[in-house]
Amino acid sequence: MSAKLNALNSDSYIDVSQYRDQHFKGNRYEQEKLLKQSNTLYVGNLSFYTTEEQVHELFSKSGDVKRIVIGLDKVKKTACGFCFVEYYVRSGAENAMRFINGTRLDDRIIRTDWDAGFKEGRQYGRGKSGGQVRDEYRQDYDPARGGYGKLAQQHRPTEARNTF
Amino acid sequence: FSLVYSSRSARLLPEKLTVYTTLVGLLNARNYNFGGEFVEAMIRQLKETLKNNLYNEAVYLVRFLSDLVNCHVIAAPSMVAMFENFVSVTQEEDVPQVRSDWFVYVVLSCLPWVGKELYEKKDVEMDRLLSQIEGYLKGRVKTHVPMLQVWTAEKPHPQEEYLDCLWAQIQKLKKDRWQERHILRPYIAFDSVLCEALQHNLPPFTPPGHMPDAQYPMPRVVFRMFDYTDAPEGPVMPGSHSVERFVIEENLHCIIQTHWKERKTCAAQLLSYPGKNKIPLNYHIVEVIFGELFQLPSPPHIDVMYTTLLIELCKLQPGSLPQVLAQATEMLYMRLDTMNTTCIDRLINWFSHHLSNFQFRWSWDDWSDCLAVDLDKPKPKFVKEVLEKCMRLSYHQRIVDIVPPTFSALIPAEPIFVYKYADESSSSLPGYPVSITVGNAIKNRASNEEILTILKEVPNPNQEDDDDEGESFNPLKIDVFLQTLLHLAAKSFSHSFSALGKFHEILKNLTDTDEGKLHILKVVYEAWKNHPQMIAVLVDKMVRTQVVDCAAVANWLFSQDMAHEFTRLFIWEILHSTIRKMDKHVQKIQQELEEAKDKLEKQQHKRDMDKASEDEEGQLEEQIERLQEKVESAQSEQKNLFLVIFQRFIMLLTEHLVRCETGSVDISTPWYKNCIERLQQIFLMHHVTIQQYMGTLENLLFTAELDHHILAVYQQFCALQL
Repeated sequence: MSAKLNALNSDSYIDVSQYRDQHFKGNRYEQEKLLKQSNTLYVGNLSFYTTEEQVHELFSKSGDVKRIVIGLDKVKKTACGFCFVEYYVRSGAENAMRFINGTRLDDRIIRTDWDAGFKEGRQYGRGKSGGQVRDEYRQDYDPARGGYGKLAQQHRPTEARNTF
Repeated sequence: FSLVYSSRSARLLPEKLTVYTTLVGLLNARNYNFGGEFVEAMIRQLKETLKNNLYNEAVYLVRFLSDLVNCHVIAAPSMVAMFENFVSVTQEEDVPQVRSDWFVYVVLSCLPWVGKELYEKKDVEMDRLLSQIEGYLKGRVKTHVPMLQVWTAEKPHPQEEYLDCLWAQIQKLKKDRWQERHILRPYIAFDSVLCEALQHNLPPFTPPGHMPDAQYPMPRVVFRMFDYTDAPEGPVMPGSHSVERFVIEENLHCIIQTHWKERKTCAAQLLSYPGKNKIPLNYHIVEVIFGELFQLPSPPHIDVMYTTLLIELCKLQPGSLPQVLAQATEMLYMRLDTMNTTCIDRLINWFSHHLSNFQFRWSWDDWSDCLAVDLDKPKPKFVKEVLEKCMRLSYHQRIVDIVPPTFSALIPAEPIFVYKYADESSSSLPGYPVSITVGNAIKNRASNEEILTILKEVPNPNQEDDDDEGESFNPLKIDVFLQTLLHLAAKSFSHSFSALGKFHEILKNLTDTDEGKLHILKVVYEAWKNHPQMIAVLVDKMVRTQVVDCAAVANWLFSQDMAHEFTRLFIWEILHSTIRKMDKHVQKIQQELEEAKDKLEKQQHKRDMDKASEDEEGQLEEQIERLQEKVESAQSEQKNLFLVIFQRFIMLLTEHLVRCETGSVDISTPWYKNCIERLQQIFLMHHVTIQQYMGTLENLLFTAELDHHILAVYQQFCALQL
């Protein structure tokens, strides 16, 4: 019965997703607990050119932002399309999940998800080439994320030679 | 199960009220006892909600009960009796007007649903009831209304006080012999079954008495921006005093109230409103949403929700809703001259955020009339602020690209740092030599002591030659250090925050005095005047790390140096953010105190059992004493902050009014409108906190000697909770 009644007061946008950080130091139970009480969001699908200032302006609309950590390419140390946004209180993060997730920043639909909390080292991409894993394998051309995916780039040089 | 489910549904889905009342009616026809138990359960719930200040919920419960009369569950005379009890609250003496307002509102707002039935059964009593209500409404104090109106102009749509509007709607309904055609009434189809049912009498319901800590709903003004002339094709919009308008708006507000956390569901529910083919639904939806967004003192939900909801609605109705929204935006722009400044703020934030989701596409040329007037007038000012916010969500060149070249005067400045000691051309400045030394020291990771030593070399323009070597305020020292530091850290917010953190000790040292605090803010402004967003985040950090205090920020914003920026949005964002930080700080310490007191209470229970816990108790008592002092000190700081702000407003406004009077000039300049509405905004946005200081405010500041223009703002504020 309570399940039906809860449907009348649904808040599904703040639910935790299926994603779990494989590099998390601790067991699954600890990770769940941290996610459920976290004030920090992971933000993905950013343009490489999106600045901390733009992120701050947008995410301040749901609450006071404590800190932003821009994700970096491990090799180049330049922005590689994701960031963490930490709020002073959880309600700021919840409202971001409800009202900023799935809207546009820098003309791109961005995605937010709960994060267990920023730790030094987590600001780096985990792809082989230094950026994010998703940019290793994608096939499409995305000028805001370095063009073709890294794997696809390796196949490209033959084409370039044929053009003048 | 169905008892709980139905009553819960009544509370949570009030727009589907008549579906559930019909269900209850059918169940009651089958099982008289069920009906009786259900009604009793609702009455219990009603008592609970009233006890807990849940007045909005209570309205829906009473409305549900009244519709149960239509379903033959409740006998009409007993409903009339309940209404009579409600209206008798207007006879109570020495109660806040908002209390009797609420009871009258409940009765009136049920009449669209049940007026016909009640009049058929008890017309004499109903006439008497309405006459009583009319008498009450005539005698109400309405000082608060101007403070809550979105526009100051009466045309094209008067911003009516909500009870006045509802009364007019009920009057019209009565004239129409209670014929109401909009509400879906499923029970009509089941009339043959329902009319056989036995009805219950409502138990006599005495409204709970007034308690001093009761929080009745604040009065409001009905937001209207459309009428039948605005929806060009299709169904006609019901008139402003038609009861249909009331019911539609009520139901749309209910849908938002129910589903605001889930924007896709909310948008879908709004667009599938029953009866939508008979009304210009898109116009109603847009009007209701803007009505909430512009509601004073504050919107029912967080501002960003409305932006996202409108985007979802555009996605679901791409062929029609964006056009209505564009039409609405155009109308709002046209009426900026008389729009409340707080509402303009919200419009700026909404419009810029909305545009950023649609590649900033807008027909700016349609607004080229704003280029023909002074930049301080509302229209160009609005466009300028919108472009500034758009830039924050993108970048400077983007803004240059999206507006026609004729709009260049309204394009925001490029957000670059202004470094005073940049190059050889500034070598004649007194601080230049030390700026080089300090800059190198910072780059070479010198310690704080070393840097302080270097800074001692900065000449003090304030100092007398024979002054003792005391640490007096040296503005140039602050200037040299901070300009250099911020310049080195100018790359991003994170760099600047890191710099402030690293050199926190030095900053505290330099801002030991009030003058120091004021000057550091001045230096931050001068360095970053092209980047208001950066100024705001730096000031925020400096308050949080106690480099400056809240009063210093207030004094700085009201200072002569900032007078030329006084009407810009970022000034007020900084001020309100500062007031909120102060508020949260007080609340935090109060909570720590409460927690310590709870701990002590628990400890005292253990005391008799355990000798060792006596020491713990002593420690707790000490902690409580310290926290008590902290609370008092924080509250005192908070009170002082408001006194500073109000004093400054009074000074500025009085100066302007006197100057205009002696020069026989009209007081209503754009500056004046902005300033007086900013004063209103302080009251409205922080009314909960300010209530505590009413006594002091009245005795010290808002006295009878004050110019009546300024005093009126205070009086309107007091009238909000009368």
